[in-house]
Amino acid sequence: MMTLKVNGHDHQIDAEPETPLLYVLRDDLKLNAAKFGCGLGQCGACTVIVDGKAVLSCVTPLVLLEGKQVTTLEGLGTVSEPAPIQRAFMEEQAAQCGYCIAGMMMRAQALLQRNPKASDEQIRGELAPHLCRCGTHMRILRAVRRAARLMDTAKLLPAEQRSAL
Amino acid sequence: MNAPVNPDRRQVLAGGGALIVSFSLTGAFAQDQAAPAAAPSPLPSPPGSLKTSPYLDSWIRIDADGAVTVFTGKDELGQGFKTAFQQIAAEELDVPFASLKVVTADTKLTANEGYTSGSHSMQDSGTAIQNAAAQTRALLVAEAAKRLDLPAEGLKTENGAVIAPDGRRLSYGELVVSDMLHVQAQAKSTLKDPATFKVMGQPVPRVDIPAKVTGGAAYVQDMRLPGMVHARIVRPPSYGAELMDCDTSAVEKMPGVVKVVRDGNFLAVVGNKEFGTVQAMMALSAAAKWKEHASLPKQDDLASVLTSLPAQTSTIFEHSDPAARGEKTIEATYTRPYQAHGSIGPSCAVAQLADGTMTVWTHTQGVYPDRQGIAEMLRMPPANVRCIHVEGSGCYGHNGADDAAADAALIARAMPGTPVRVQWMREQEHVWEPFGPAMMTKLKASLDGDGKIADWNFEVWSNTHSMRPGGAGCMLAAQHMAQPFAVPAARPLPLPEGGGDRNAIPIYTFPSAHVVHHFIPDMPLRISAMRSLGAYHNVFSIESFMDELAALAGADPVEFRLKHLDDPRGRDVIAKAAQGFGWRKDQKAPRDRGYGFAFARYKNLAAYCAIASEVEVNRETGRPRLVRAVAAVDSGQVVNPDGLVNQIEGAIVQSMSWTLYESVTFDDTRITSIDWQTYPILRFDAVPDRIDVHIIDRPGKPFLGSGETGQGPAAASIANAIANATGKRLRHLPLTRKRIKDAIDA
Repeated sequence: MMTLKVNGHDHQIDAEPETPLLYVLRDDLKLNAAKFGCGLGQCGACTVIVDGKAVLSCVTPLVLLEGKQVTTLEGLGTVSEPAPIQRAFMEEQAAQCGYCIAGMMMRAQALLQRNPKASDEQIRGELAPHLCRCGTHMRILRAVRRAARLMDTAKLLPAEQRSAL
Repeated sequence: MNAPVNPDRRQVLAGGGALIVSFSLTGAFAQDQAAPAAAPSPLPSPPGSLKTSPYLDSWIRIDADGAVTVFTGKDELGQGFKTAFQQIAAEELDVPFASLKVVTADTKLTANEGYTSGSHSMQDSGTAIQNAAAQTRALLVAEAAKRLDLPAEGLKTENGAVIAPDGRRLSYGELVVSDMLHVQAQAKSTLKDPATFKVMGQPVPRVDIPAKVTGGAAYVQDMRLPGMVHARIVRPPSYGAELMDCDTSAVEKMPGVVKVVRDGNFLAVVGNKEFGTVQAMMALSAAAKWKEHASLPKQDDLASVLTSLPAQTSTIFEHSDPAARGEKTIEATYTRPYQAHGSIGPSCAVAQLADGTMTVWTHTQGVYPDRQGIAEMLRMPPANVRCIHVEGSGCYGHNGADDAAADAALIARAMPGTPVRVQWMREQEHVWEPFGPAMMTKLKASLDGDGKIADWNFEVWSNTHSMRPGGAGCMLAAQHMAQPFAVPAARPLPLPEGGGDRNAIPIYTFPSAHVVHHFIPDMPLRISAMRSLGAYHNVFSIESFMDELAALAGADPVEFRLKHLDDPRGRDVIAKAAQGFGWRKDQKAPRDRGYGFAFARYKNLAAYCAIASEVEVNRETGRPRLVRAVAAVDSGQVVNPDGLVNQIEGAIVQSMSWTLYESVTFDDTRITSIDWQTYPILRFDAVPDRIDVHIIDRPGKPFLGSGETGQGPAAASIANAIANATGKRLRHLPLTRKRIKDAIDA
């Protein structure tokens, strides 16, 4: 039994220490966003944020996460109160099947948290571990750029107005 | 089906004037001389899928509280159909977009519309919904006219109600009577004037995207039914491998393991926890002893493989003008390797046997054919099998979806009452999905003294392009059972749409033309429908060769195409793409860059698409990069312009990945491209700077279907740009860095 902090809440997890985080998120915590794509760290569909960094949850064992903060796409916002990155992907209609999108959004979120002024080249470089099969890449790039602008705007506003964005 | 005829409804229909409805229960109307059903000649059939599912209530339900539900037998696969259908219904019914609910493919609830494939959904289902909605609105107006004792012509519809000139308002919920919509559609509908459209033609945001970007349950992978168990399959290591021995006792004792299922060469393990089941699968895989057979052809000589297999040869187009004289002749051979659908999420399905019914949640592209195949495999009546479409990970083609559905059903049968979720692993999807078939084309053409094409010869060698379930034998689980079902004989898909010969007949006008299809029944690798079927390679070949001929004629590629094309809508998209790109005669690309152009009308009967592209080639490494692409598309009446743009952008990017990087690899026994390292696809560093899509809207014209129209033109446009940049013509897909480098160095 170990304590895992996900989206701000502590969870008691009864799983083998070598269990990849992805299976804990999906099977134990019933979260949908992190996706099984390859189990090999090759496609990025399982990406979540751990202590501010984008991490491939399919190859990250539970034992390494003691005392760390895990954030999944569910932890950023909701349909009615979307985070800037979620709002940006909706506004750009940046999905086809959308299976790869949650992972892309989490890596983009981690990038923009540490560098809100990321250049197009930096965004492309950061998203290099991620695959999309429907060919939505152009919109994904646009959505990340839009998210950067939205996050910038959000910072300038008083906290209580942010949710109205 | 045979609902009693409501005499009131007959009056309604008569009163409606404009609306003439024929009933399935013709006995009741047989003597009604006023009814058109009595006319001596057969009635023209209604449009789209109303032909096969003519009842209005197969498409639209209105409840007494006014709630409207629209039913489609097609799937949402990420193309945005659910939203587009909702727009169509909202428009023709005059109800608010957000108030509608759309139910997609489900064998218990929706019409049988076959597969969601072939860019058919807008034509089939979109047309059916549009006409069913229009006829439903007419029925409601007629009912209101009767109740208000006013002429129907003076009534209007708005916001889910019929409004009289004096302001009286009857809501659809009030107007609908029990079986009012259980009538067959008539051949013609009074559709709205496109000039009045409020919802159709608008870039309405997709209804499926909010859940997908917030972690909502959006995929079959996200289903968690009460008491559900996890299953993993242990697939054979290669085609035809036999399971000689497997001691399952140790695996059965592993913690959390519920059951090991073995049926001949079908082997699976079921567990309570997902990761425990993966570990059990690995243990079971280690315990399984297989006998393999070396049955695969030589990967590096596909042209010889394809031409040496027995083929059924037929001339599919012949036109000869003895007056046309060719002076200069060239010929060329083009090949395409086996290519993978490569969905990012491996296939998944959930199945449950309860109360004698097998319910399967699946990302199949055809719930009815899937049900047929699963019922046959389980030896159950199809009525006792229900297939419900739930989205999976996309690719726009026949991936492992149907196989995973069969896997889940076979395991669920062994565990009555328990919902079973089967999730394929990455290497299983890469090895066992049915690939896009390898193809070869041989072209030969002559130019006359004026630099026009005098004669054209085109030959294509190909497997079929669909082994979708036509029965149990198309599904891996049924093939692997102890009492296996044989893979059905492959059949060529009939023209005019075709399979291997899709788009083999040129859309251009040539004095003499000869097109031959060599259909190869034997399938050394497992294959099935990949987005655009044979059109991808045939258009790549035709449009590459058109550039080779233009060069021979010393003509500009765009001008050369227009010189041979009569179709005005085709000419329009070519002109639009060229204009949007800034294409100029005698243009010269900067150093190490090239411009390319290509055009096709998908299947010669669906959407038109022209693409101009700019490619950069690194002469040191051979590395190509698509810098920008400009497309023009004519898909008939546009329902959701942003959805259409998304499809075309995606088609260009996906086709670019196929064209530059992708081929399935194999040795004499096994598929060796088993993951993203061994089957590389496009990554973000190679994504174009920009893609522009120009839509030519055709208000009031039929929907043409656009999901696949970009695949071939994108490939040829890129190939032509590479030839323009390097002076070298590459004819063998994929156009890899190595092949380009070798050509530059040659």
